[in-house]
Amino acid sequence: MPAELTTPQGTDPTRIHNIGYRSYDGPRLGRSYARRSLFSQSLRGAYGLGRSAKSKVLPMILFAVMCLVAAIIVAVAVAGPGMTDLPVKYTRYAIVMQAVIGLYLASQAPQSVSRDLRFKTVPLYFSRPIERVDYVLAKYAAMASALFVLTATPLVILYAGALLAEFDFADQTKAFAQGLVSVALLSVLFAGIGLVMAALTPRRGFGVAAVIAVLTISYGAVSTVQVIAWEQGSTGAVEWLGLFSPLTLVDGVQTAFLGATSAFPGGEGPSAGSGVVYLLAVLALIVGSYAVLMRRYRKVGL
Amino acid sequence: MIATESLSKRFPRVTALDRLSLDIGPGVTGLVGANGAGKSTLIKILLGLSPATEGTAAVLGLDVATSGGAIREQVGYMPEHDALPPDVSATEFVVHMARMSGLPPTAARERTADTLRHVGLYEERYRPIGGYSTGMKQRVKLAQALVHDPKLVLLDEPTNGLDPVGRDEMLGLIRRVFTDFGISVLVTSHLLGELERTCDHVVVIDGGKLLRSSSTSDFTQTTATLAVEVTDSDTHPDGTRAVREALTAAGAKLHARVEDGLPGAGHILLVEATGEETYDLVRDTVADLGIGLVRMEQRRHHIAEVFRTADAADAAAAEAAPEPAAVQPAQHAAQHAVQQKGGGRDAG
Repeated sequence: MPAELTTPQGTDPTRIHNIGYRSYDGPRLGRSYARRSLFSQSLRGAYGLGRSAKSKVLPMILFAVMCLVAAIIVAVAVAGPGMTDLPVKYTRYAIVMQAVIGLYLASQAPQSVSRDLRFKTVPLYFSRPIERVDYVLAKYAAMASALFVLTATPLVILYAGALLAEFDFADQTKAFAQGLVSVALLSVLFAGIGLVMAALTPRRGFGVAAVIAVLTISYGAVSTVQVIAWEQGSTGAVEWLGLFSPLTLVDGVQTAFLGATSAFPGGEGPSAGSGVVYLLAVLALIVGSYAVLMRRYRKVGL
Repeated sequence: MIATESLSKRFPRVTALDRLSLDIGPGVTGLVGANGAGKSTLIKILLGLSPATEGTAAVLGLDVATSGGAIREQVGYMPEHDALPPDVSATEFVVHMARMSGLPPTAARERTADTLRHVGLYEERYRPIGGYSTGMKQRVKLAQALVHDPKLVLLDEPTNGLDPVGRDEMLGLIRRVFTDFGISVLVTSHLLGELERTCDHVVVIDGGKLLRSSSTSDFTQTTATLAVEVTDSDTHPDGTRAVREALTAAGAKLHARVEDGLPGAGHILLVEATGEETYDLVRDTVADLGIGLVRMEQRRHHIAEVFRTADAADAAAAEAAPEPAAVQPAQHAAQHAVQQKGGGRDAG
């Protein structure tokens, strides 16, 4: 038997050939493909996909927390007797969960842009077909999309739960749609702020601290002053103070236009008139973030 | 491959490139210059990332001012500094960079595996780059410049920070990039000696100006040198001196300077070889004296020597004619002559 297994010399078809260098004649898909590749790589990276196991831990935990809380709310809504609506509105969910969103942004915005700056990988990008605007757009869009995934997925869970509990379909669908628009706006605004902070602080640790500081300190300061103003009876001040922190900006816009109940003290959110100012402030911040990023990358070319 | 015409780049305080005119053909070309000579500025302009103040430049026949994107699709670039994130593996990183160059996902993976193998990274390519040695990191940087099969790669100081062995390996690899892969190379260095083994052509710039542009063979093969080492005998206690005197008497030209710092340097004679008869003359002379011939070998000139004498000549010329305008045409003429030689080499 073993004699049959031995192959006669010279007829063994499996041999290793050194095939030498092979040139590439296939397609080169160019700039827009490269931009899309950078976008998908950055988006995956924001959840630790394609990176080390260690870097998956935090974003996945935060994502799980966002979904778990929504699932608990759904469980309460379905099991609770006599419920006609979700205990937490769609537009309110992101505000309730702001700490988780802030932590996510603070951990992922620096990894998205600070790494490339700190390890000087940026010149390798700019020695390829893409231009500065492609790089900034891809990174911005990826961060905003990552935040949207984080904030919209729990809304989907809430909506599914609401339908399961047989709440009014038309009401729920409208509120769900308003909630999606709200978190989309929040995602773009927060992504811009987070990336600017991270791009200006190439050391990752500082970037994390800077993002947390800007989000939480501004929100803490604004809501404290709002409470003081409200207790002193100056409701007009409450309305305008909300312009000074990212989260209260989003709150103001959704109160004015997206049927949300304001989280401001006493529910004193902006009316449709002053809501326009809020909306303009949000758009100005988004455009401003983009402009700062473009400026930042002008210097790091090569 | 690369052609520049009176290319200048001026910054508010410094002139990085000053009316630089180059014509670089296929092959391995060395770009030599001290730090701040304008090498990196030239690379930036060639990649279409920085506009020239005046003059024009074309890479692969494409104008750098208008076709930067098309050039960068066909050109690879290896930066001088570290450029690698430590927390991803070489494979992941190079695949990503291949896609950034426009390769479809499947092709990007195949080309990455091929390229990493060609630069000499095997099993370690699956480990995070953070744990690599400097030599391995340089290979990854080279791989990302080659992964999209460019027609030309620009390598900025690829031997920086490498030990002598790593340096030799890298230089050998660069040579193979052209001979085996068919990719032309422009490699910068501030060390002239490195480039003579690697390059077909050497361009020297200083202060943004072209100092010299010649093929390496011009430098090292115009005159061959024979290194001769002999033994001593009873009749000739100093064999080396006896041979030196005999050869000089026979009309051979001997170099006065011997290589310093090497063991036995004092016992090596450097004879200028004018042809076959020089070899015979050395053999006969040694045999007639009745002493042993330890070795007789061809010794190539070092480019550095050529430049050392050339620099001295330039300095003398500059002293003779302190007017800079007078020096300028001479340089252009020299460069023109060199370009013609270069063309001849390419045809042959």
